[in-house]
Amino acid sequence: MSLIILDPTNERGPQTRPRAPRLARLDGAALGLLDISKPRGDVFLNRLEDLLEQRGAHIVRFHKPTFTKPAPQDLRQQIHANCVAVIEALAD
Amino acid sequence: MSGVALPDGLVAVVKRDCSTCEMVAPLLRELAAAKPLTVYSQDDPAFPADMRVVDDTNLAVSDALDVEVVPTFLRVAGGKIVGRTQGWRRDEWRALSGVAGLGAELPEFRPGCGSLTQDPDIAARLAARKSETQISSRRIQLGEREDPFDAMHARGWSDGLPLVPPTPERVARMLAGTSRAAADVVAIVPPDLAHCSVEKVAINAVMAGCQPEYLPVVLAAVEAACTDEFNAHGVLATTMAVGPAIVVNGPIAPAIGMNSGVNALGQGNRANATIGRALQLVIRNVGGGKPAGVDQATLGNPGKYTLCFAEDEAGSPWEPLAVERGIPAGTSAVTLIAVEGPRVVVDQKSRTADSLARSFAGCLRTVWHPKLAQTCDVLLVISPEHARVFRAADWSKRRLRDELVNLLTLSGDELVAGYGGCAEGMPPRYAGERVPKFSPDSLFLVHAGGSAGMFSAIMSGWARGPGGSQPVTRAIKP
Repeated sequence: MSLIILDPTNERGPQTRPRAPRLARLDGAALGLLDISKPRGDVFLNRLEDLLEQRGAHIVRFHKPTFTKPAPQDLRQQIHANCVAVIEALAD
Repeated sequence: MSGVALPDGLVAVVKRDCSTCEMVAPLLRELAAAKPLTVYSQDDPAFPADMRVVDDTNLAVSDALDVEVVPTFLRVAGGKIVGRTQGWRRDEWRALSGVAGLGAELPEFRPGCGSLTQDPDIAARLAARKSETQISSRRIQLGEREDPFDAMHARGWSDGLPLVPPTPERVARMLAGTSRAAADVVAIVPPDLAHCSVEKVAINAVMAGCQPEYLPVVLAAVEAACTDEFNAHGVLATTMAVGPAIVVNGPIAPAIGMNSGVNALGQGNRANATIGRALQLVIRNVGGGKPAGVDQATLGNPGKYTLCFAEDEAGSPWEPLAVERGIPAGTSAVTLIAVEGPRVVVDQKSRTADSLARSFAGCLRTVWHPKLAQTCDVLLVISPEHARVFRAADWSKRRLRDELVNLLTLSGDELVAGYGGCAEGMPPRYAGERVPKFSPDSLFLVHAGGSAGMFSAIMSGWARGPGGSQPVTRAIKP
């Protein structure tokens, strides 16, 4: 007789979502730069900010309180409300 | 009785493998000819021969009637049991049947046999059937030719070692280890932030190899791990080689046979090995946290299979860890700390507390990096022969912590990045300062290990404080 066992997982099916459409242009776009609070993340993001502003983007800076935990929901909503795209920097 | 509608009249529950049932079989045939009688057979629908018998080989009726002994003889009126006896008692059978001369040729009394429902293996299956209504997890029927161990690996449920198949019977037995309802939510498990019921913990505990009496410890560990303070998401996701260590305090540890003595941090004890493993399996299977997925550890460490032990409270010169952390003495509790694997402090010569503290300090200097300070918590597992030295000197835990902090208050000049030809180190602002490597509240002391050997262990932690992982203590509920 075949064995019956119980599913140890959370029994959720992964949901596949399409990627957001790529930005057609940077000029005038509000872009978020998210610093996850790793050392030297700011060095990378400062340089990106310069380069993106040269291309006409409007930059909004964000900080995660700690790199060890997922971004708080308020922060994610704030980014979503204010930007059309976000770049998240890992560093060290 | 629930779930079974009994016909009015007489009812008998029998099995062929019972000499008393065989003895009364002719009487049942005799009664059936004269009275409304329904006979249920537990092991053979052809017994008793030459009469109509209801097949109860799935024991549904026997179980619903709570039959402990066969034959069980009942009178039913209006769907309710109005009279009941078990075994052969001539006067009672006569009274119930209303047949005055019944069994005149038989002895007055003969005990019956154990009902099949009382067989331990069968009882477990029946318990599982009863709790089917409370078990809501998806049932997976493996193929007849599928090896269950391979099938579970193939589904991605294993940490690499074989798993015990979580059959409904085993899970039902596991659930009997707690008073909590199967559907109770224990925690929201990262990284998928999935609701985790007592039942899901029980399934993973079965797979890990736990006994039911370990379940309350596993539940407390899952609860502690999935707090914002412990930050199981970060502990899992970090590139650093850390994982949760579970320290168990209180009466439950000896009661379930946990090891706090010889080889306390090693292999060979079922409770130690499987409780720690069960927590990891919950994070893997319920939380969805897997190596090379959200778990991005550069190296990992063997403690990520399992790392759980009990404190030797009876032999300790100090109060237990959980008591120090606010749990009343005599209450069982788990404390979770995110740590690397253990490293040994070897000191076989110190006979004074001052000298031994210097050995501890020298070894502690190197955790994370000799030039980094105030980075992590440390779990210090102090062995009986080392603890004896501190006991003789009447050093409290607090005294030892303070001494270690003093011994490891270092010259900032020698810690800053670049000093000594080494780029790693503290930021330049520490130059000219005296810098304590640890604060007293980052040193966690527990007593465990075999009675011979002047060896203790250091398990250093991950990023400490609210921005990393903080040790969490939770009382164990029955």
